[in-house]
Amino acid sequence: MKKITIALLILCMAPFGVLAGESGMPLDRAPIDTTDNASLKRGAETFVNYCLTCHGASYMRYNRHRDIGYTNEEILSKLVLTGQKVGDLMQSAMRKKEGEEWFGVVPPDLSVIARARGADWLYTYLRAFYRDDATHTGWNNLVFDRVAMPHVLYELQGEQRLVVKTSDKGEQKSLTLEKAGQLSATEYDKFVGDLVNYLVYLGEPHANARKQLGIEVMIFLLGMLVLSYALKKEYWKDIH
Amino acid sequence: MSNIFNSMLAWVDKRFPLSSNWKAHLSEYYAPKNFNFWYFFGSLALLVLVNQLLTGIFLTMNYKPDASQAFASVEYIMRDVDYGWLIRYMHSTGASMFFVVVYLHMFRGMMYGSYRKPRELLWLVGMVIFFVLMSLAFTGYILPWGQMSYWGAQVIVSMFGAIPSIGETLQQWLLGDFTLSDAALNRFFAYHVVTLPLVLLVLVFVHILALHETGSNNPDGIEIKENKNPETGIPVDGIPFHPYYSVKDIVGVVVFLIVFCGIIFFAPEMGGYFLEYNNFIPANTLQTPDHIAPVWYFTPYYSMLRAVTVNFLGIDAKLWGVILMAGSVVVFCFLPWLDRSPVKSIRYKGPYFKIALTLFVISFFVLGWLGTKSPTPLYTLLAQIFTVIYFAFFILMPWYSKIDKTKPEPKRLKE
Repeated sequence: MKKITIALLILCMAPFGVLAGESGMPLDRAPIDTTDNASLKRGAETFVNYCLTCHGASYMRYNRHRDIGYTNEEILSKLVLTGQKVGDLMQSAMRKKEGEEWFGVVPPDLSVIARARGADWLYTYLRAFYRDDATHTGWNNLVFDRVAMPHVLYELQGEQRLVVKTSDKGEQKSLTLEKAGQLSATEYDKFVGDLVNYLVYLGEPHANARKQLGIEVMIFLLGMLVLSYALKKEYWKDIH
Repeated sequence: MSNIFNSMLAWVDKRFPLSSNWKAHLSEYYAPKNFNFWYFFGSLALLVLVNQLLTGIFLTMNYKPDASQAFASVEYIMRDVDYGWLIRYMHSTGASMFFVVVYLHMFRGMMYGSYRKPRELLWLVGMVIFFVLMSLAFTGYILPWGQMSYWGAQVIVSMFGAIPSIGETLQQWLLGDFTLSDAALNRFFAYHVVTLPLVLLVLVFVHILALHETGSNNPDGIEIKENKNPETGIPVDGIPFHPYYSVKDIVGVVVFLIVFCGIIFFAPEMGGYFLEYNNFIPANTLQTPDHIAPVWYFTPYYSMLRAVTVNFLGIDAKLWGVILMAGSVVVFCFLPWLDRSPVKSIRYKGPYFKIALTLFVISFFVLGWLGTKSPTPLYTLLAQIFTVIYFAFFILMPWYSKIDKTKPEPKRLKE
C-alpha cells in the first residue's frame, strides 16, 4: 500500500505550479467563464477595436468565432474591420517596423498570451496602468514596470495615480483614480473581465470541446475498467 | 472454418516461425505468478511508445521544422487541423508520462533487484533505452521553438562547450552553426523523427529479447526456473504470459488511460509542468527569460548541474556540473556490480538497504523540486547536500549491501 502511495504521488506531483506576477504584486482573480458566449462576444469586439490595431492574433482565423455563436455575416460586420476575408488570420493592422519605431518593441502577438501570462496577470495588468511622467509614453504599470504600451483604455478607465505608503512592513504601492473615465470602476472591471475571458478563449479555442470530449472518454474508460477487471478475475480464478 | 485456419497457419509456419514465436514469447512464456502493481509499467512503457510513434506521425504531417514557422505551425495544429489539439496533447502528455512510467519501471528494478545476475545485460540495454529517451525528449522539446525550447536547449548545448579542448568545436558541430539557430532546429528534427525512434525501436526489441532469455524477475527476487515440474519442465510458480498477464495488463492499461486522458482532456499543461507557460512565447534570441527551468523529468539532473559553485581539484565548476549531471545518469549502469547483497528483493534485504533506497528517493524528489526553482544560497546548499546523498546511495552500496542483515529467501514464491 505504501508503495502504491509513492507511485500515486509521482503520478500527481505536478499540480503545485503557481505563477506569480514577476513584480511580486498580488494578482486579482479574473472572472473567467469560457462557456459564457455573451461575455466572449463582448470581449471579441473590444479586442478587434482596441487591441488588433497594434497586436496581431495571427494564429487565429476570424471564422473560428462561429464557435462562440457568431454567423459568418456577423463576423464580417462586427469583427473584420480591415477588409479581410472571413477565413483569414487575425493579422494586426500595423506593420512590424512601425511598431518598433513607435514603441521600441514589436507589440507581441496575442494569440496565446493568456497561456503564457495567465488570466489573472492579464486582468490585473489591464487595470494597473497609472500616470508616470518619467516614462516615454507617460504611462507606467504596477505589474509590468516601464511597459512599452501606453494605456489604450484610459478614456474608459480614467487616469490613475501611484500612491506609495511606507510602513514598518516596507513600501506598499496602490493606485487611486485621479480623473474619472467614461466607465465606473465596476463597469471597467467587467469590461476588462470580458476582454480577458476572450483572451483565454483565444489562447485555446478548442478548450470547451476538449473538456466535453473528455467526459465522454472518461465514461467509456470507466465502463472498460469494469469489463477488463471482470475478464481478469474470470481468467485468474484458477491461479493460487 | 477451423480447418481452413489450420491449413493457412501450417502454410505460414513452413515459411515463417509464427506459431513457435507465439508460443515462445506469449502463450508458453512462463512468468512468475506473483507480479504486483509495479509490474505494469513495462507494458505501459510499450503502450506510451506506440502512442508517441502514432501521434508523432500525424504531427509531422503539419509541423514545419523552420525557425520562422515552427511556433506558428504548432498553433496551426492546435487550431486548424482536425483534432490536431488532441494529437498534440497526446504527444506532449505522452512525453511526460513516458518518463513517469519509465521512472517507476526503473524503481521497480531497484526494489526487487531486477538488475542482478543473470539480468545485467537486460538492465544495461534498459539504461541505453533511457539515454535515448532523454535525447528524444530533449530534441522534441526544441521543436515548438518557444522561449523554453530555445533557452533550455541553449543550456544543454552549452554543456558540451564545457568539455575541455574539444568542447567548442563539438558544440559547433552539433549545432551546425555558431549559435542555436534554424540549422540546429532542422537537425534536431531529423534526430527526433528518424534517427532516435529507429534506435529506440531496435533497443526495445533487444530489451524484450533479453528479458525472455532470462525470464522475468519477481517481487520475491528468486528464480522460478530453479524449481521446475520434472515431468513438463515448466516452472511450478510460472504461468503463461498469455492469457494471464495479457488480460491483467489490459486492466493496467485502462487504469493508466484514465490518468493519461484525465491529463489530456482536463489539465494538458499540468500546472506548467508538462507544458511550460514560457513556451507559449515564441523563441526570442535576444531576450533571455528570467528563469530557465527544464521540463520536470530533467530537473533532478539540472539541480546537480547547478550544484557545484566552486572550482576544485583543478577542474572548473561548470565542468564539474556537467560531470555530475552525466554521472548521475550513467551511475545506474553500475548497479548490477555495486549490489553485493546475497538476496535480490527488498523483501529480504536488511534495514541499511531500505534506508538507503528511501534516502535516494527523497533526494531524487528534492533535487527535482529544486531544479524548478531559481537558485538561492539556501537552495544551492540543499542541492549540494542531496547530490551527495544521491551519489552516496550508489558509491556506498558495495559496503552497506554486504554488511546488511538480510532475511532468508523462500524456496517458492509467496502469495
